Amino acid sequence: MTDAAPPLLQVRNLRTEFQTDAGPIRAVEGVSFDMRPGETVGIVGESGSGKSVTALSILRLLADNARIAEGSISFRGQDLATLSEEEIRRLRGGEISMIFQDPLTSLNPVLRISRQLVEGMLAHGRLNQVEALKHGIDLLARMGINAPERAVNGYPHEFSGGMRQRVMLAMGFANNPSLLIADEPTTALDVTIQAQILDLLKALNREFGTAVLLISHDLGVIASVCERVLVMYAGEVVEEGPTEDLLADPRHPYTWALLNAVPRLDREPPADKRLTAIEGVPPDSSKPMAGCRFRVRCPFAIERCTEHPDLLPVAEGRRARCWVTQGGERLLKPAAAAATAAASLTEAGRPMLELRGVVKHYPLRRDALFSTKKVVRAVDGIDLDIRRGETVGLVGESGSGKSTIARLITRIQKPTSGSIRFGEVDLATADRRVLRPLRRRIQMIFQDPYASLNPRMTVGQILAEPLRFHRLVRGEAQARVRVGELLDMVGLPVGSAERYPHEFSGGQRQRIGTARALAVEPELIIADEPISALDVNIRAQIINLFVGLQQRLGLTFLFIAHDLAVVRQVSDHIVVLYLGKVMEVAAARDLFAEPLHPYTRSLISAAPIPDAAVERRREHIRLTGEPPSPVNPPSGCRFRTRCPIAQGICAEVEPPLAELRTGHRAACHFPGQM
Amino acid sequence: MTAAADDAAATAWQAGRHGRWRRRYGLAAFGAAIVALWLVVALAAPLIAPYRFDGADVTIRLMPPSAEHWLGTDALGRDVLSRLIWGSRISLFAGIVVVAIGAGLGVVVGGIAAYAGGKAEELMMRVTDLVLCFPPIILAMAIAAALGIGVRNTILAMLIVWWPKFARLARSLVLVQRSQEYVEAAVVMGYGPGRILFRHIVPNAIGPLVVLVTLDVGQAIITFAGLSFLGLGVIPPMPEWGAMVSEGRELVDQWWVATFPGLAILSVVVGFNFLGDGIRDWLDPKSRRR
Repeated sequence: MTDAAPPLLQVRNLRTEFQTDAGPIRAVEGVSFDMRPGETVGIVGESGSGKSVTALSILRLLADNARIAEGSISFRGQDLATLSEEEIRRLRGGEISMIFQDPLTSLNPVLRISRQLVEGMLAHGRLNQVEALKHGIDLLARMGINAPERAVNGYPHEFSGGMRQRVMLAMGFANNPSLLIADEPTTALDVTIQAQILDLLKALNREFGTAVLLISHDLGVIASVCERVLVMYAGEVVEEGPTEDLLADPRHPYTWALLNAVPRLDREPPADKRLTAIEGVPPDSSKPMAGCRFRVRCPFAIERCTEHPDLLPVAEGRRARCWVTQGGERLLKPAAAAATAAASLTEAGRPMLELRGVVKHYPLRRDALFSTKKVVRAVDGIDLDIRRGETVGLVGESGSGKSTIARLITRIQKPTSGSIRFGEVDLATADRRVLRPLRRRIQMIFQDPYASLNPRMTVGQILAEPLRFHRLVRGEAQARVRVGELLDMVGLPVGSAERYPHEFSGGQRQRIGTARALAVEPELIIADEPISALDVNIRAQIINLFVGLQQRLGLTFLFIAHDLAVVRQVSDHIVVLYLGKVMEVAAARDLFAEPLHPYTRSLISAAPIPDAAVERRREHIRLTGEPPSPVNPPSGCRFRTRCPIAQGICAEVEPPLAELRTGHRAACHFPGQM
Repeated sequence: MTAAADDAAATAWQAGRHGRWRRRYGLAAFGAAIVALWLVVALAAPLIAPYRFDGADVTIRLMPPSAEHWLGTDALGRDVLSRLIWGSRISLFAGIVVVAIGAGLGVVVGGIAAYAGGKAEELMMRVTDLVLCFPPIILAMAIAAALGIGVRNTILAMLIVWWPKFARLARSLVLVQRSQEYVEAAVVMGYGPGRILFRHIVPNAIGPLVVLVTLDVGQAIITFAGLSFLGLGVIPPMPEWGAMVSEGRELVDQWWVATFPGLAILSVVVGFNFLGDGIRDWLDPKSRRR
């Protein structure tokens, strides 16, 4: 960059260390970058890559056991790394502000919004109480909060996640910062809300000229906001460049791997449903590493990679830390796997699992002694078929009832009404004795790999318990053999049996959870957001594992996720849910070729695509507002309050789920008219 | 920063690791040592006590500490040190028994209540609240007085007021674990409620309970001593620390009669508290980052 304007922020050779019982860990090592005033820069990387620590180092918000060991952070000529506590405090929330991933924990739950908004402005002593409150209300209005005069008197719990993030943004902009650091600001939000917040960030950047440093694991998010990107791996910047060039033509194999590991909405998934995953996990940063840190996982590695590469220019305005691309070579697109189309296993005839009119209402506590009893309509009359051998994808935002459906089919919870026919049995009404032998045939894989394994049991015990319980093995020796087989099936070393869950990474734990489900040789596996807690590359590995297992064992999957691209990658059929109702059902290919329901269309349009050029060309339908409460759903069509094409009839008559094309159903009065 | 300065800082940090262990667990080790010492004293009482605990001899009553009687003698001429040593048996026994049985009972009640939910939970927890709403010492006093003096009756009375707090804690701990996904996984496997509660949930919920149990032994010893001080508890001439303090409470000039048993109570309570704090730190995953 040879711009005339001096850089706003200049980070040079930053090294941040954590002191742990196992010795110092270098979380960030030798990071250097510049930001011009008003620029939008993204930092992307997996968890543990040091991207958040870099951001926290800038504002010196590090934990007690961390310190900036080396380097300088120059902001408008001051070195933030050596500033006194007092001086850096004056900058925080003033010249530089920061918003975090979880807007729930970053707001104080016992203080009114007005107090928290005004506090920051008063602390920096620019405005008095009255002016500050007025400015705060203006800001809330600017951030898109309805009735801000009333909203300021509310408490954080009265706001949804997206609204809280807007409040956080209002607080961040209270003192007209010249730099906003946003650490995964949309990760906890639904995709339609994420699109709104990202639009807002872009608009604020344009309007106020505030530079934005956006940290995210999602290349799509970065692509939709940032002009320039830094890619971090194992504490180092491995590639830097303008977003568009970097995404179109990555010059570091890690960037290449990140890009290819995510399924893309604008491309037809390959016939074998597999993703390009690189093997392995990021290195342990407590051990010193010689050579390129990506070497062991790199599909392009050459001999010279044992030497540590520097971040060197590879093209105009671009730098990469890689020997392979030094000569200006490009990294090839992954070879399209010789289309050994996954033989369709779907059986014709009667579905294996049939849900008819399934309803689950949760009673709420009464507000007052004589108030009417309220219920949360989590699932409100759903029909769903799953055929043997197929994968059905279930998508929807939070609150759509998708996890509840998983818990009803597995009978963790009992439905309020409706039937769930599996074989000859109705699971909805079956008692424990009837259910027990069926438990073996339906298994579940859970969302949170950290909570789904009993931390006090070894992996061997976790896998052996169901085997013994269902009398699938006789004796200790046989159990041990079977546990070994199961671990092998999910790609873990046999020695894992002796270890405890906390010794494994998230992806490995998800493999253990999968092995546990497979232990009882089920026919149907319900996977409830099995990859949403994992890093991009690990996601690809786990998806490939599922696809492989399905082919080998002839499994049937109900795959629940909020990420449309992932669901499309693995599913034969897709069901779109909104507020406890089915909006659209179709074969995966048909749903994306011609989405008939306006909600499906908006979902597809809201998901960011990691390609700046495509992002620009693509039509964007932005849903306004937030999903209504499932306690009090809208009359008629549930989607009408956010629907861009809603008309009078939508409020009065609930549209039936009608078959509009062969095998393609949608619940809309005006299908395909958007 | 120069390389040398960097190295120096790193070494200082390394040295700090040892100091950190001492800061974190030093007090706990000290507490454990006190508790262990008293346990040894209690077990070896017949061997190490220099005199009989009931060897009254009015000719040497109220003697100050001397070479013969290290901690002096009481109003009946009994050796305070010997009574202190024998008294440790009753105090520690009462404290540990009350807490162990009380905690066991509480966990069963609270665990079942939390796991069963619904009406059963409502009933069990309201009974718990009922007991909790009386001041514990006064309720125990009333019950002990009704049952009659004696170590067993006093322990029984304390048990009645002791279990509810464990039931409350156990319930909340089980509730937290119950919503974890590994419990749902166990349900999906078809395991019965007993297996899920006692094999999966309780082992994961036990940590904070262990802390409360350790901290509570000191509390139970104080309460027992308090009841003895008020004349309940042990039957004379059996020595007990609280009763010994009570006997010496008006002997202002003969300070040793009340002071030494008081110090004994203090030391054992402090010991259990330090130990409990240490166990809490050790069990807290946040302070045990690898």
